[in-house]
Amino acid sequence: MGFPPEIILEAVLNGLLTGAVYGLVALGLTLVYGVLHIINFAHGALLTAAMYAAYVARASFGVDPYVAALPLAALFFGVGYLVQRLVIGPASRGKDENILLVTLGLSIIIENLMLAVFRSDTRSIDVPYAMEVIEFGPALLSYPRVIGFGATILVGIALFVLMRFTATGKAIRAVAKERTGAALVGIDVAHIYAVTFGIGTACLAISAALLLPSFYVSPRVGNAFVLVAFTIVVLGGMGSVVGALVGGLVIGVVESLSGLYLGESLGQIGIFLIFILVLLVRPTGLFGARA
Amino acid sequence: MTGRDLLPIAAFALIAACVPLFVTSNVVLNFLVFTLIIALAAQGWNLLGGYGGQYSFGHAAFFGTGAYLTAILQVRFGMNAYPAFAAGIALAALVGLAIGFMAFRSGLRGSYFALVTLAFAEVFRVLANASEVTGGAAGILIRLRADPLNFQFAERGTFLWVAAALVTLALVATLALERSRLGAQLVAVRENEAAAQALGVDVLAVKLRAIVLSAGMTGAAGGLYAQYFLYLDAQIAYGTWISVEALLAPIVGGAGTVFGPVLGAVILHGLAEATKTIAGRIPGIDLVVFGIVLILVVRFPPRDIPGLLKRWRR
Repeated sequence: MGFPPEIILEAVLNGLLTGAVYGLVALGLTLVYGVLHIINFAHGALLTAAMYAAYVARASFGVDPYVAALPLAALFFGVGYLVQRLVIGPASRGKDENILLVTLGLSIIIENLMLAVFRSDTRSIDVPYAMEVIEFGPALLSYPRVIGFGATILVGIALFVLMRFTATGKAIRAVAKERTGAALVGIDVAHIYAVTFGIGTACLAISAALLLPSFYVSPRVGNAFVLVAFTIVVLGGMGSVVGALVGGLVIGVVESLSGLYLGESLGQIGIFLIFILVLLVRPTGLFGARA
Repeated sequence: MTGRDLLPIAAFALIAACVPLFVTSNVVLNFLVFTLIIALAAQGWNLLGGYGGQYSFGHAAFFGTGAYLTAILQVRFGMNAYPAFAAGIALAALVGLAIGFMAFRSGLRGSYFALVTLAFAEVFRVLANASEVTGGAAGILIRLRADPLNFQFAERGTFLWVAAALVTLALVATLALERSRLGAQLVAVRENEAAAQALGVDVLAVKLRAIVLSAGMTGAAGGLYAQYFLYLDAQIAYGTWISVEALLAPIVGGAGTVFGPVLGAVILHGLAEATKTIAGRIPGIDLVVFGIVLILVVRFPPRDIPGLLKRWRR
């Protein structure tokens, strides 16, 4: 349709690469949903905070974002743990609407603190490889996106190992399946909730480090990603880790292609329409996963 | 509704009507008009969210539709402001019906309803930003012709009267809804949807009526905004800020009560002004306060405060 096949192939491949990092952003969201059964509206704001942290690491201390990824993940694990333990848990008192409102409140606070500290300018970091490309057959792929793709797969494997083979992973799965039962056999549910939230936030920190070389940072940047992440999570099935990664790839391609055909400003429409359509057409599936 | 029920509303109207007689500062009048516009948008949210328990995160969809149609009909089609305003309200209500029909028929509730309304508002924002009829990214400007016949007023005080009159009307409408059969059914749906259905309440019809009224009222706030500020762009009309404002005020002031949204809007914007005075012009600092207030209100619901105080005194 008007474009030569190489251009379309390149768009699809770059979409897949970006989609992998979207999948990583969605991974944190779906994990928290799967275990805590809450939709975390502060997810986007936490991503923004992580992107600023990676930005500061580079701009003020000269640390490459790829080097900063792991320390940032550790730091944000702590942040996520404390936020769930000290704010979301106590304030929501177990009610769905309350969690919605508390996480919304958190997102407003974080986003506007970033605005107060960093002002509304968009910032980007200067790394030598930002514009580099890798030749892949006839297509040119952006180097930071290839790294992002690889790192996402590594994080996916690490998460799988954690969930499958460690005691903590077992406890998380137990709490996700049957909270009361898990509590009865001596699992500290509040602790596991906070650990899960921490893991989700740590995924965000890694995503932030992977996104930073090719995206601008602004106080509202998280919003754009979080709507994409919601779409992915809904598409892939709430709480499904594999669904998040596959959904991420699909959405990455959809965004890339609709950007190609509809232009930059209308490109996002494709994602929102998928989002609404999935919510409307497959609600039973969604609620089935919820019960 | 007896005369006694209307007494607090009459008191509100009287106080609001007296304000322009004593206050001449444009800054203060500006603040009050803006707060009243927010209160009207929030009262709309309250009908669906407060009484019906359906938490919308996308009331910008209705606010923006009311605002844009009011502006577009005047600027592009030369229509008079009053019918344009009425058409804006009608279209907002229609958008409410459409979104409500899709969302409620699919059984979306709780977080899912919040998500889908948010997504609709975002779709509208992207479309308005790209479309020609809305003026695209440059926005749309209503020509200044300060004449009551054009729904524009030379004095801010006059506009305050108009805004206060519309809020008063919204208060009366909310009270009427609260006392009506529909209001009772709505509260029943909020408290226990399955039980309400078992008792013969047509849940879908009740929710749809609520979202139509809700969207129309928030659309009226949008039209009023357009007439007061005479400028719109996609971020103003369909931005998340108004969805959040519309939800925050009732939650803080008391969701599902007649005066909650007005009270919440006054408290929040009063706090915001106070913060700006103390902290200076740090961008976003007022919204940080909004976020903190929201979490505190959820953590310590105001209706529990008398009980908490009693326990604390002992």
